[in-house]
Amino acid sequence: MTLHLAVALDGTGWHPASWREPGARADELFTAGFWVDQVREAEAGLLDLVTLEDSFAIDTDRVDHVQGRLDAQLVALRVGPVTSRIGLVPTVIATHTEPFHVSTEIATLDYVTTGRAGVRVKVSSRADEYALFGRREADAESRESLFDEAADHIEVQRRLWDSWEDDAEIRDAATGRFVDREKLHYIDFEGAHFSVRGPSITPRPPQGQPLVTALAHVDVAYRLAARGADLVFVTPGGVGRDGPTGDAEAILAQVRAEEAAVGRAGDPLHVLGDLLVVLDDGADAARERLRRLDETDGAGGGPGLRSDARILTGTATDVADVLESWHGAGLAGARLRPAVTAHDLPRITRELVPELQRRGLFRTAYEADTLRGHFGLARPADRYARV
Amino acid sequence: MPKQIHLAAHFPGVNNTTVWSDPASGSHIEFASFRHFAQTAERAKFDFLFLAEGLRLREQGGQIYDLDVMGRPDNVAILQALAAVTERIGLAGTVNSTFNEPLDVARKLATLDHLSAGRAAWNVVTSWDEFTGENFRRGGYLPKDKRYLRAQEMLATAQALWDSWDADEVVADAAAGRFVRHGDAGRFDIRSDQFAISGRFPVPRSPQGRPVIIQAGDSEEGREFAASSADAIFTRHAELEAGQQFYADVKARLAKFGRRHEDLKILPAATFVLGDTESEAAENARQVQYQQVGPATAIAFAEQVWNRDLSDVDPDGPVPSFDPKTSDDVDSGAHISKGRASVRMFGDPVAVANEWRELGEREGLSLREVVIRKNGRHTFVGTPQRVADTIDEFVQTDASDGFVLVPHVTPGGLDVFADQVVPLLQEKGSFRTEYEGTTLREHLGLQPSPTTVAAVSVEA
Ligand SMILES: Cc1cc2nc3c(=O)[nH]c(=O)nc-3n(C[C@H](O)[C@H](O)[C@H](O)COP(=O)(O)O)c2cc1C
Repeated sequence: MTLHLAVALDGTGWHPASWREPGARADELFTAGFWVDQVREAEAGLLDLVTLEDSFAIDTDRVDHVQGRLDAQLVALRVGPVTSRIGLVPTVIATHTEPFHVSTEIATLDYVTTGRAGVRVKVSSRADEYALFGRREADAESRESLFDEAADHIEVQRRLWDSWEDDAEIRDAATGRFVDREKLHYIDFEGAHFSVRGPSITPRPPQGQPLVTALAHVDVAYRLAARGADLVFVTPGGVGRDGPTGDAEAILAQVRAEEAAVGRAGDPLHVLGDLLVVLDDGADAARERLRRLDETDGAGGGPGLRSDARILTGTATDVADVLESWHGAGLAGARLRPAVTAHDLPRITRELVPELQRRGLFRTAYEADTLRGHFGLARPADRYARV
Repeated sequence: MPKQIHLAAHFPGVNNTTVWSDPASGSHIEFASFRHFAQTAERAKFDFLFLAEGLRLREQGGQIYDLDVMGRPDNVAILQALAAVTERIGLAGTVNSTFNEPLDVARKLATLDHLSAGRAAWNVVTSWDEFTGENFRRGGYLPKDKRYLRAQEMLATAQALWDSWDADEVVADAAAGRFVRHGDAGRFDIRSDQFAISGRFPVPRSPQGRPVIIQAGDSEEGREFAASSADAIFTRHAELEAGQQFYADVKARLAKFGRRHEDLKILPAATFVLGDTESEAAENARQVQYQQVGPATAIAFAEQVWNRDLSDVDPDGPVPSFDPKTSDDVDSGAHISKGRASVRMFGDPVAVANEWRELGEREGLSLREVVIRKNGRHTFVGTPQRVADTIDEFVQTDASDGFVLVPHVTPGGLDVFADQVVPLLQEKGSFRTEYEGTTLREHLGLQPSPTTVAAVSVEA
């Protein structure tokens, strides 16, 4: 079985000094061309998907760090028409958004890309983000309640996607009816944080159910993924807020335990390991690059590279070795976070991918047209359809 | 040079203007339809593409209304995708001010403006009803009389957020190690009736500074809102005299807000049917009207007036002789039709029913024919030359500054207008032959956005 490969795009890269590197195009960060070129590079490498980070708040006041970002969903929508095979997975913050709006936005992304949409659902506990919305207090929320809300958010998105059966549009001239309203369904969701009546205003998207993903470091997040996601990103050898996350095998066992605990039916979660990569021709050169980047950041008093995911400094071959061992431990693949997108993304697509292909671990051409298809997931039946 | 016409193209909407039974009618949801429509409008050098929004499927008699085209994408989302396949045309989305939060909306529109290089517009609409609210976190929390207060505060807040980054804040100077000039750009603190928010707006100033603001709404409050804050107003007043009155009324309100006559463009919605001769156009128009008001639609419209089930009434027979059921307030939830902006058009149902009955009797018309007369009027019917002359006359005589054209077939309904009418307007010298600017503000001849302030504090 081959592995799945994703890249996590965040600004000019995951190193805080990445924007100062040659070719970083930091002055174009807020233009369409910047994002289109990155995603096309990932697509040239036959990657399964790119994720796009997002946050409503700006997390630094340092003038020597990148500040500001664009709405990730809209970045994905802008890229959609000019790419053809790669999955597009923007981040959505469940805590501060309307599940109804998110559901129609992701469905729209799925229409625009004819089946390449996904969504990464994130929870917010940052007080500064709460203040931007002014609707509730950060302290008043338990972690469990936030994750429960995110699970409800996913459930509403999913029900809305199914709320139009595929053949609801009938255009029946004889009776003058455009739709068969028996095939439109109220979702009547009622939860602790919101109730949503439905149906959606958007017909069922091409994939039926766009791919739902989450990043998880702890049980409560594994549980969220087990309840509502198709794909979970985990951090083997990394550090979460509660401390070290464990190795790939240990994490996988926790994920599977949560799936059993919530009585997950259907396809098991695809589990991808996150790895932050600093790549070069040799291990020493890679370490030197990271040292230099940290020094650049440190010169202004910056903290240098910090990461919840394991950091790998080395060659594409070193990365392939890690991915192969994770694969052996049962992970479905990896999501790579390039330290410097301009430098490390081409190394992924032009060095790592060929290396994985040589090992028989990665596709040599896209085989499917949809994001679900890349993961071998069938187009699901509509939950409301009468059989 | 004659006064310049501004034209927008409205993607065919979720109502009976849109004819889905026509063999030429394609998908209303696939991206290819939106691309075709947008590219046609851009080929014709239109100012902007316009999309409407409805956040709940309409209902009648407690059931989903099934006679019209329905099912549409998210507005701003589809416009953002269209930015990838167009270059100059403005992209105007309708976004509700009740069921959204200002930071999110301001961020989305600023992003759309960045990722379209300055072509974004926001049509601020104010639907507040509980029926729509059932799809959102805070159901029917907003009383009707606060809808414009919320819209006004929402817009003022969004503008404050857009202004919170100086245009030259991002320097991205790698050598100097300076990405931004200040460490604190985007700072705001807003306390008003509807909002208590603070922090930093995450999006640097977009190419237009402030996206173009459009207002659609007809009441006294709506007109004041437009005069105080909008760059364009989308109206239903598309008859010459009514248009001139509306135009004069709204433009006269500008001065008290310190604004100039040309700071607000007045753009009525307009439909059109063309023909090679006047009589062919008239015949085409008649056929379209019959497509727009089929037998079932005629009954459904009558039910909106009579406020009761009329499924046993014959649409080809006379207008019913009995009176409508009245409810004192159609917004109270008692009305059988839900989720339509037009419900309020039937303010006095008994009077409307009488009018329909008299018309039917006087001219020997069936119920369906009466409904067609009352609801199915096209704005412009004629040869391309006649339609071009009429549009130009409206604009030159200050009945409008242009039109939002609403074709009745998706996605090709605009093609014939682009091919046959636009060249005639260009010949008159009253419509551009090439885009002169790159931003929507430039297309509309609007002033640049006000310059920015570094820290924003608003208190009401
Ligand atoms: C020409 C026109 C177009 C409108 N389009 C929309 C729309 O797309 N979505 C929506 O929710 N409301 C729409 N509205 C409704 C208005 O936003 C507003 O809620 C309604 O007109 C009531 O306000 P008023 O009392 O000021 O007219 C439209 C109104 C007009 C006049």
